[in-house]
Amino acid sequence: MAHATAVDYEPVIGLEVHVQLKTASKMFCGCRVQFGAPANSLTCPVCLGLPGALPMANRQAVEFGIRVGLALNCQIAHRVKFDRKNYFYPDLPKGYQISQHDEPLCFDGELQLPIPDATGAPKVCRITRAHMEEDAGKSIHMDASTLVDLNRAGTPLIEVVGGPDLRSPEEAYVYLTTLKRNLSYLGVSDLSMEKGSLRCDANISVRPRGRQQFGVRSEIKNLNSFRAVKAALEYEIKRHIRVLEAGGTLHQETRLWDEEKLETRSLRSKESATDYRFFPEPDLNLFDVPRAWVDGVRAALPEMPEKRLLRFLHDYKLARADAEYLVGDRAIADFYEAAVALLDNPRKVAAWVVVELARELNERNCDLADLKLTPATLVELIGLQDAGRLNNITAKEVFRAMVESGEGAEACARRLNKLIERDDSAVQAAIAEVLGEFKDGAVADLRAGKQAAMGFLVGQCMRKLRGKANPKDLPALIEDAIRRE
Amino acid sequence: MHELLQLDASEAARRVRDGSVPAEHLAQAALAHARATEPRVNAFLDQDEAFVLEQARAVDRDRAAGKALGLLAGVPVAIKDNIHVLGRPTTCASHMLRGFVAPYDATVTARLKAAGAVIVGKVNLDEFAMGSSCENSALKQTRNPWDASRVPGGSSGGSAACVAARSAFISLGSDTGGSIRLPASFCGVVGYKPSYGRVSRYGLVAFASSLDQVGPFARSVRDIALAMKVMAGRDEMDSTTVSNPGPDYPAALAEDLKGKRVGVVREYFDRVPDRSVAAVCEAAVQRLKALGAAVVEIELPHADFGLHVYYIVASAEASSNLARFDGVRYGLRAAAENGIATYVNSRGEGFGPEVKRRIMLGTYALSAGHYDQFYGRAGRVRTLICRDFAAAFARCDLIASPCAPFAAFAAGAKADPLSMYLCDVYTIPSSLAGLAAMSLPAGFDAQGLPVGLHLAAAPMADDLLLASAHALEQDLLADRTLNLNRLPRGLQG
Repeated sequence: MAHATAVDYEPVIGLEVHVQLKTASKMFCGCRVQFGAPANSLTCPVCLGLPGALPMANRQAVEFGIRVGLALNCQIAHRVKFDRKNYFYPDLPKGYQISQHDEPLCFDGELQLPIPDATGAPKVCRITRAHMEEDAGKSIHMDASTLVDLNRAGTPLIEVVGGPDLRSPEEAYVYLTTLKRNLSYLGVSDLSMEKGSLRCDANISVRPRGRQQFGVRSEIKNLNSFRAVKAALEYEIKRHIRVLEAGGTLHQETRLWDEEKLETRSLRSKESATDYRFFPEPDLNLFDVPRAWVDGVRAALPEMPEKRLLRFLHDYKLARADAEYLVGDRAIADFYEAAVALLDNPRKVAAWVVVELARELNERNCDLADLKLTPATLVELIGLQDAGRLNNITAKEVFRAMVESGEGAEACARRLNKLIERDDSAVQAAIAEVLGEFKDGAVADLRAGKQAAMGFLVGQCMRKLRGKANPKDLPALIEDAIRRE
Repeated sequence: MHELLQLDASEAARRVRDGSVPAEHLAQAALAHARATEPRVNAFLDQDEAFVLEQARAVDRDRAAGKALGLLAGVPVAIKDNIHVLGRPTTCASHMLRGFVAPYDATVTARLKAAGAVIVGKVNLDEFAMGSSCENSALKQTRNPWDASRVPGGSSGGSAACVAARSAFISLGSDTGGSIRLPASFCGVVGYKPSYGRVSRYGLVAFASSLDQVGPFARSVRDIALAMKVMAGRDEMDSTTVSNPGPDYPAALAEDLKGKRVGVVREYFDRVPDRSVAAVCEAAVQRLKALGAAVVEIELPHADFGLHVYYIVASAEASSNLARFDGVRYGLRAAAENGIATYVNSRGEGFGPEVKRRIMLGTYALSAGHYDQFYGRAGRVRTLICRDFAAAFARCDLIASPCAPFAAFAAGAKADPLSMYLCDVYTIPSSLAGLAAMSLPAGFDAQGLPVGLHLAAAPMADDLLLASAHALEQDLLADRTLNLNRLPRGLQG
């Protein structure tokens, strides 16, 4: 903590993450699920909550839910039971949300985090439950009125409730990135916090280290990025400690994170919390989840990142940090393995992906799918470099051009005039010119045994050749030329 | 009254199909009759002549074009005003839905239309179907065609009254705890509550989802079977409808009563305060016996808790179902200075006292700390009631009882809500158990008011119930001393 306190406090954090499932249609009606359509265009009597309309459960959404549950090592319920959560809000057209109360679809799971626990083993965060529900619409608050867009109303969601197992904002951040990484393997969600397909609420309390009992918790809402989660938790931990140190009392409450002021403020206390009056949804029959269904979903799951990481370490002999980067995004890991299938040099391919490709993604702040690079063109590029037709610098230049143009490596290198020609007359000519120009300088120095002069001469040659040579080859050629003189 | 209105629906549709009666004539006759009787009956909340005649002409055009006509071709059908008819207002007899026009057809409406039925109008009910006399309508006071000083029963009072008055051949009602059967008994028509799950609820404004069931009123069991053939069956918009298509209802009527076992709970007959009502029901049971059925005494030990269970379960579900009426998107929006006040004022002004009472009751029953004591316990007792029926139906095929403790009562006679709730004591248990149940006109009490016999069968035994009711009905009609098919005296002269 920033300032020293008499007591050593330990934060206790649990996160609730809402994940929108990208099914073709909504949870309880046939309307399309799509972001950014004209307001209220993707609606029908069911998701508008018109009188007389009834829900029909979307089997695909439940299957996506099962997929999420299995990926988080959860048990899967034997039947699907929905409940009503009653509250009034303008963007909740029925006056209740269809959710799951006492029988979540998925429960008792865990997520392994790529950070060590006290024993040095990977830290595990429990997944208490993951349940299905429908999203509400969107309220757009204007100066004197509120507009409601119900396109989002009825979009399937799964709410993943993590156990109170995280002990720092950093751990919370790792939990979120790991959860997002694992879910990205399932293809069930866009997982975009910007578009609201991934949303997070954080529960936080502090206690003197060593005490078993939890402190009084706050729930923080309005967290719009993983960074905001971390910042809000840091703020809230300090606030809790400050209150306790000053001899004050904390009250269980819901607080809102203010992204501009970088602080939380109270939204409502526990006493004024809504009584949701849960009861079983009578419009939807219970339906069974046969084990054959669950087994089928399990069998169709992709290799999950934890397992893939171990395989990458073992089979490809990669450095752990590199392997972790690769499995961090399913698309990148798939790209990597496709490239390795074409070129049996896992470490060299990894170097390109982890350094050059990662840099491009990072600088452009985009996904792999936004780049035009393919495993084949990357392998072609590495081939040109190995054959000495691109040097380390020009290879990178060509790479940067390729990710935009989508060209093959050789075609791109040729277009950029970077390809080292097989014919070395140009190189010989350049060397002859440089030796003539620096006859009294660097060449004399070299002859006098000053090896440092060689670097200078190589640089000059490369300049004349505009990079179209392999600098590693040049010292030998230069020495030959001097000897010949 | 036009003689065409004396036909039953099956015969009227046959004549429309064979061209001997144009659908437009039938519609004109029904409209003219309604104009004459409505001042006394007040059943219709919406009857638009142009809308009605256009449907009838469309049937006639289809016939002229050589198209095959449906089972209800040209038959005037009235719809309870909590069931959507595209383009017509749905009011639920409440101020809350002021200005609301149905943007889609209920599944039952669509199926009736597809069978050629002509929707003649929307009829009155207790507000949001909450009541037993139709007096809780915020819009109109419907009266009993047999005696204009009396109530038609409720909540589907308009549906029962318009069929009794011959302004419609068939009407649709909804039954949650007796809302079809009680008014059918009071108005002397057949009222049928299908097994839960037989008929789609899509487009029925929900009162209590686990109990609500749409069903038909008619003047004969044959017409009920016809309506069921058209309406019933799986609907992909209502997950609580059963997947099998169900029986061929009209064909099932051929079954007779021989060898059937009729269960009776002795106290149900003994307890009826009006002995002339009990006598009608007992005589009907004797007829069942005479027709070849065996009468067995049964016990339903938990059914007496039905009323208590019902007012918790139904009110709890209603408190949630009616949350959508908030003044935000449709219906009444009261003046308010902010969002919360919009809710409070709109719901405060829009809902009548009985609706508010039930919303409060249901909200309380579901609230934290009370759930298990009320909703949870009610659910457990409901299970016991279902078990009672399951045990009873191991010993009998049908259960016969009075439909109500009394015949139609005078308007204003039951101002106390609790005495009103007691009207449904005989109908509620079968709703809780999802049974097929109905009220069949069985005779008249000492004052000449109709009395219905309540018949119930196990869930999904709709065919058996209708066949048995049909056999009894034929026997009752054959008895000229009963004169069962007489015109309600309120319409005579």
